[in-house]
Amino acid sequence: MTDALPELTLILPELILVCGGMALLMVGAFTGDRSYHSVSWVSVLVILGAGVAASATTEPRTTLFGDQFVVDAFGHFMKWLVFIGSALAIVMSFGYNRRERIGRPEYPILIVFATLGMSMMISANDLISLYVGLELQSLALYVIAAFRRDSARSSEAGLKYFVLGALSSGMLLYGCSMVYGFAGSTGFETLAGLFSRADAAPEIGVVVGLVFVIAGLAFKISAVPFHMWTPDVYQGAPTPVTAFFAIAPKVAAMALFVRVLVGPFFDLFQQWQQIVVFIAILSMILGALAAIWQTNIKRLLAYSSIGHVGFALVGLAAGSTDGVRGVAIYMAVYLVMTAGTFCCVLAMRQNGRMVENLTDLAGLSRNAPLMALALAIFMFSMAGIPPLAGFFSKLYVFLAAVDAGLYTLAVIGVLTSVISAFYYLRIVKIMYFDEPAEAFDKPMGRSLAAIVAVSSVLVVAFIAFQTPIVRAAEVAAAVLFFS
Amino acid sequence: MTDWPILSLVIFLPTIGALFVFLVRGDARIVARNARMTALWTSLITFVLSLGIWIDFDTSTAAFQFVERADWIPILGASYHLGVDGISMLFVILSTFLTPLCVLASWEAIQTRVKEYMIAFLLLETFMVGMFCALDFVLFYIFFEGVLIPMFLIIGVWGGANRVYAAFKFFLYTLTGSVLMLVAIMVIYFDAETTDIVELLRLGFDPDLQIWLWLAFFASFAVKVPMWPVHTWLPDAHVEAPTAGSVILAGILLKMGAYGFLRFSLPMLPVASDFFAPLIFTLSVIAIVYTSLVALAQEDMKKLIAYSSVAHMGFVTIGIFTVRTQGVEGAIVQMLSHGVISAALFLCVGVVYDRLHSREISRYGGLVHRMPVYAAVFMVFMLGSVGLPGTSGFVGEFLVLVGAFQVNTWLALLATTGIVLGAAYMLYLYRRVIFGELTKEDLKTMTDLSRREIAIFAPLVAATLWMGVWPEPFLDVMHASVANLIENYEVALRAADAVTVAGR
Repeated sequence: MTDALPELTLILPELILVCGGMALLMVGAFTGDRSYHSVSWVSVLVILGAGVAASATTEPRTTLFGDQFVVDAFGHFMKWLVFIGSALAIVMSFGYNRRERIGRPEYPILIVFATLGMSMMISANDLISLYVGLELQSLALYVIAAFRRDSARSSEAGLKYFVLGALSSGMLLYGCSMVYGFAGSTGFETLAGLFSRADAAPEIGVVVGLVFVIAGLAFKISAVPFHMWTPDVYQGAPTPVTAFFAIAPKVAAMALFVRVLVGPFFDLFQQWQQIVVFIAILSMILGALAAIWQTNIKRLLAYSSIGHVGFALVGLAAGSTDGVRGVAIYMAVYLVMTAGTFCCVLAMRQNGRMVENLTDLAGLSRNAPLMALALAIFMFSMAGIPPLAGFFSKLYVFLAAVDAGLYTLAVIGVLTSVISAFYYLRIVKIMYFDEPAEAFDKPMGRSLAAIVAVSSVLVVAFIAFQTPIVRAAEVAAAVLFFS
Repeated sequence: MTDWPILSLVIFLPTIGALFVFLVRGDARIVARNARMTALWTSLITFVLSLGIWIDFDTSTAAFQFVERADWIPILGASYHLGVDGISMLFVILSTFLTPLCVLASWEAIQTRVKEYMIAFLLLETFMVGMFCALDFVLFYIFFEGVLIPMFLIIGVWGGANRVYAAFKFFLYTLTGSVLMLVAIMVIYFDAETTDIVELLRLGFDPDLQIWLWLAFFASFAVKVPMWPVHTWLPDAHVEAPTAGSVILAGILLKMGAYGFLRFSLPMLPVASDFFAPLIFTLSVIAIVYTSLVALAQEDMKKLIAYSSVAHMGFVTIGIFTVRTQGVEGAIVQMLSHGVISAALFLCVGVVYDRLHSREISRYGGLVHRMPVYAAVFMVFMLGSVGLPGTSGFVGEFLVLVGAFQVNTWLALLATTGIVLGAAYMLYLYRRVIFGELTKEDLKTMTDLSRREIAIFAPLVAATLWMGVWPEPFLDVMHASVANLIENYEVALRAADAVTVAGR
């Protein structure tokens, strides 16, 4: 700790985000709304710069600041996903914010701060730093959800998210304090050491604390039974914000979930595995069934994301390197599919108004064949139909589950994926089989079109070029199982 | 043998053709014409190329030929591994043979969104051929499932009135079966630590495990074949699909399930196959008798032929699980024959449907007076379906029954009733549609087969008669592979018996 400077280079991504965010805040505060565009672009650059910095540090696992903060391959992988997700969210919001006249520089700046919070969550190595990162992220998200101030829906979404989010943070904090009270430490490494030494069953207080921690985190990844906020927030928040919520915070919270469970609490595997299996099954089933009756595409995607979280948790339930690798791949593929899908949702405009009903997509394959094709690719991929990327992401998590002997979980998982295929197919059906409705406004915007094109190509080409990403995920997963 | 990767070429040439069709731009009519031409030429070239496989095929060995291998997903140990043997080679030819005919059959019937239609068909061809060539389980599964996407769109976009229901039913039924197979594949992967089919064929699995794996495979293949009682998606899909879609469904897609039994269930899980053979026989006999009776009561031509397909596939599953040389070879011939004949029968229905836009049997009658050539062509396939000696249908059914007779006389007896019933419903159909007085006004202006339609039917008639009169070239290809399959099966069974005896 005497020589602080070398440590600072390791947290360069976070430093870039902090300094960039604060500088942009100053610029935004003094120039007002007209700087929205330039601030947005600079924010994208700041986030991407942080990403470059994250990949530049190739040191093996290092802990910093008295073991509060950890820098490792798993963190890099997840941070990359988060940074890409955040940058995309800013780019995706341009057209929307301009048209709806809510283009204010606070928007990208809040995303930068949320990203900083996520980055800290991913690197947390202590219950305290975990909480600080999580709250930094959450506070920024609460504001963004209500960003469209004059819309009652958006304000409602923000408030709902805030109240329920505060409740879950409370549970998390309560759980942390229980763990601290019974184990005597908040550091992940110390906790892991303590639990690995205990021969007998762990103290009941620790288990109760663990349950509370899991409940708090399950809220953040919107796993059943802590999912209630998701459909309302997804529907109420402005669409680009929904896109952001669906990607970066999910990835970050999932990363945190994985790090907490396989890090300090790995030796309590017996205790948490059944909980994870339980919430995975519930999430998959609810995500599959509840989405069938949705008519609003944002709500449908909310349930779909709940289902996806369930599938990703299948990998975590295996509690193995392969499982964590599966989670990492799943989140990467999920990011690409979701970003592309939300770009299509953002392009759903008729006569200058946003429309969100599934029926508005009717006959899209004739009005906008390329957009329909891309959306169909994303839907088939989300349903997990080969040869698309979504199939492989499911394959890797189920492989881990089968390897861990969780046959029932795997069978339930694949069967729910069939059920969920129904509503993904329904979207394809509406686009391809139904008679055309009113056409959407054209063009969809260059940046949106570019994101859709790139992500659909990635989803299709994943079959041939998956090795690098799978390898990266494997390295990321292996580092968590260092002991 | 040539050095160039002929299997990859045959698999991916249609994809390249689809890309070209995708890039076609301009006026709607020109796009449609160019799309048709591109699709036709691509599929024809693919067919000619695939004939190269047959010509260079070495019939003396049971080993996989034209093998290609490349690393694909090293982490899973999955590789891009292709090859054909005497069992799969003929299905590759069948697929490439039927696709250009489908393109031709859709020439005038499909007028909307021609470009997308042709893309779907070419992609479908890639998946079908790839599935028969795949020698890696992951690769196989991808091709096996990938078929669903284009077929779903073909039924749903260009199908009949109730197409949405049929498309969903088709998709979800087959997907449910397939995902269970996926779990089985994963179990196999962890048990054998490889997904390579050639290696898996050499390994044996623990008999207890075999039962479970067999059931999971059965869930997938039985839906695809389809076997009674999970056949209900088939009549719906057939009735609603456009003509060419029905042709591919009946011609190739149904064969994928039976091929799966032949490639995986029998050689990899012999103990379980032996254990479950009575189940298969029972279901197959029920399928043959029950669906034949159902076919007898149909008022819709396509539905009738769809039910007859279920009955004919019942012969195939019986033949496979007799595990006798005649039975297995008969099953393969029956599959090829059914692929040609039922495809042709659907095309026959398509011919009159294009003219009158009705599939109701009662709407027709006395067509022989206006359409003599059509009546003759229809008769060939009708008799082929009945199993008249001299047509391919006879060879397949006869060999299967010989195989079945060696296993169980009752089985053979019950299966034979299917032939009698088959004759009943096919002749009844033929009489109602073709013979009788030409009384209906709108039938009096019907035109006989056009040159394009004759071009479609000529190769099908030739194939039916060739396989019926001189089946040796086809049987010759499969002898070595089938003999090897049966030998390995019996060795595995004896070994398992020895273990059980020793265990006592």
